[in-house]
Amino acid sequence: MSSNSNLTTMRRLVEQLKLEASVERIKVSQAAAELQQYCLQNACKDALLVGVPAGSNPFREPRSCTLL
Amino acid sequence: MGELEQLRQEAELLKKQIEEARKGVADTTLAELTSGIEVVGRVQMKTRRTLRGHLAKIYALHWSTDSRLMVSASQDGKLIVWDTYTTNKVNAIPLRSSWVMTCAYAPSGNFVACGGLDNMCSIYNLKTRDGNVKVSRELTAHSGYLSCCRFLNDNEIITSSGDTTCAVWDIETGTQKTVFMGHTGDCMSLAVSPDLNLFISGACDWSAKLWDLRDGNCRQTFIGHESDINAICFFPSGNAICTGSDDATCKLYDLRSDQELTSYSQESIICGITSISMSRSGRMILAGYDDFNCNIWDTLKAERIGECSSEPGHSDLIMEPLSILLFQVWTDCSLPPLLLSGVLAGHDNRVSCIGVNEDGMAAATGSWDSFLKIWN
Repeated sequence: MSSNSNLTTMRRLVEQLKLEASVERIKVSQAAAELQQYCLQNACKDALLVGVPAGSNPFREPRSCTLL
Repeated sequence: MGELEQLRQEAELLKKQIEEARKGVADTTLAELTSGIEVVGRVQMKTRRTLRGHLAKIYALHWSTDSRLMVSASQDGKLIVWDTYTTNKVNAIPLRSSWVMTCAYAPSGNFVACGGLDNMCSIYNLKTRDGNVKVSRELTAHSGYLSCCRFLNDNEIITSSGDTTCAVWDIETGTQKTVFMGHTGDCMSLAVSPDLNLFISGACDWSAKLWDLRDGNCRQTFIGHESDINAICFFPSGNAICTGSDDATCKLYDLRSDQELTSYSQESIICGITSISMSRSGRMILAGYDDFNCNIWDTLKAERIGECSSEPGHSDLIMEPLSILLFQVWTDCSLPPLLLSGVLAGHDNRVSCIGVNEDGMAAATGSWDSFLKIWN
């Protein structure tokens, strides 16, 4: 790699790091609390978590047939 | 001091600055914050459907937004679109290249896409007038393999590549609208934010990056993994991301506090994660591992709460160990330990890819033995 492209790469890296350093950060306590809240509030809609009553489960095992 | 050395020092300083800023907002831990809630009870999911039809290992699957149709890609050189309710094959699409690594379903349901070692992303129109599925575009420009692709809409698709870049394409013109550069290793996986404004990528440089689709910038970089990141997904609110790595851990990173919140690992788990998906509320992480197990984690409590595995006595248990034996003998002449020890029951589902559908009703796993399974 030529020294010019090394320089260009490093300049880009520094610019990118400046951008990332300037990001506004909220406190972990707030962020984590909101994640927890989202989980708890949406738990009832989470079929894999709370299960699905057989009647409303489109993947319910097909019932076996009986021969009359 | 030369400019290069100056820049290197500036870069190191900025990295330390970022680390300090992250510590500065770390006023608690996820563990502390969730200490008041209980771990999710042991999860028992059952196989509801087994999708048979592929002739080789499944590499990728992607649900349609209708939560019913699904596309899968196999190195038998086919894409199959399945109706998971009935197990019918809606389409079986022969591929020009069998070295496929990824597939995607457009949100509209009109298109599917795939790609792999051919370095291309091929778009297929499912709704042609004559009813035959055909290639509508071949997107070429990447100089490395296509590891992942996701449609934004019928005319835009995002790709990640082994050439270390990601790109958004205009499908109509077949050109890259934006190229996202910054990773220093192969990009392995990508996921789009729920609001469609951002996407995340995981790469072999051990980092995950958050990209802004509106201005093409990398907004944030998440470090901490000690090996390649193979799998990545968004927490359903869009405020956090989950990664799976060859370092045998999954990690949860919060976007707004810009840092890792927790890691999901166990001493007994020593193999890499190959695929990852979250349940609809975000409370569960489903992760597929290199040893073909699929573990389920409680996102908030960071504890393992279950796995996807067939319960003994299930009717296709009897078939599968035999078919796995034949397949394995054929491919590498080894005998699975299961059969050597004479145990036919308690067979594990061997997972190579995983996905939860949009309504959260089911998880799909693609298996090494060419079957796909639907669980809930």
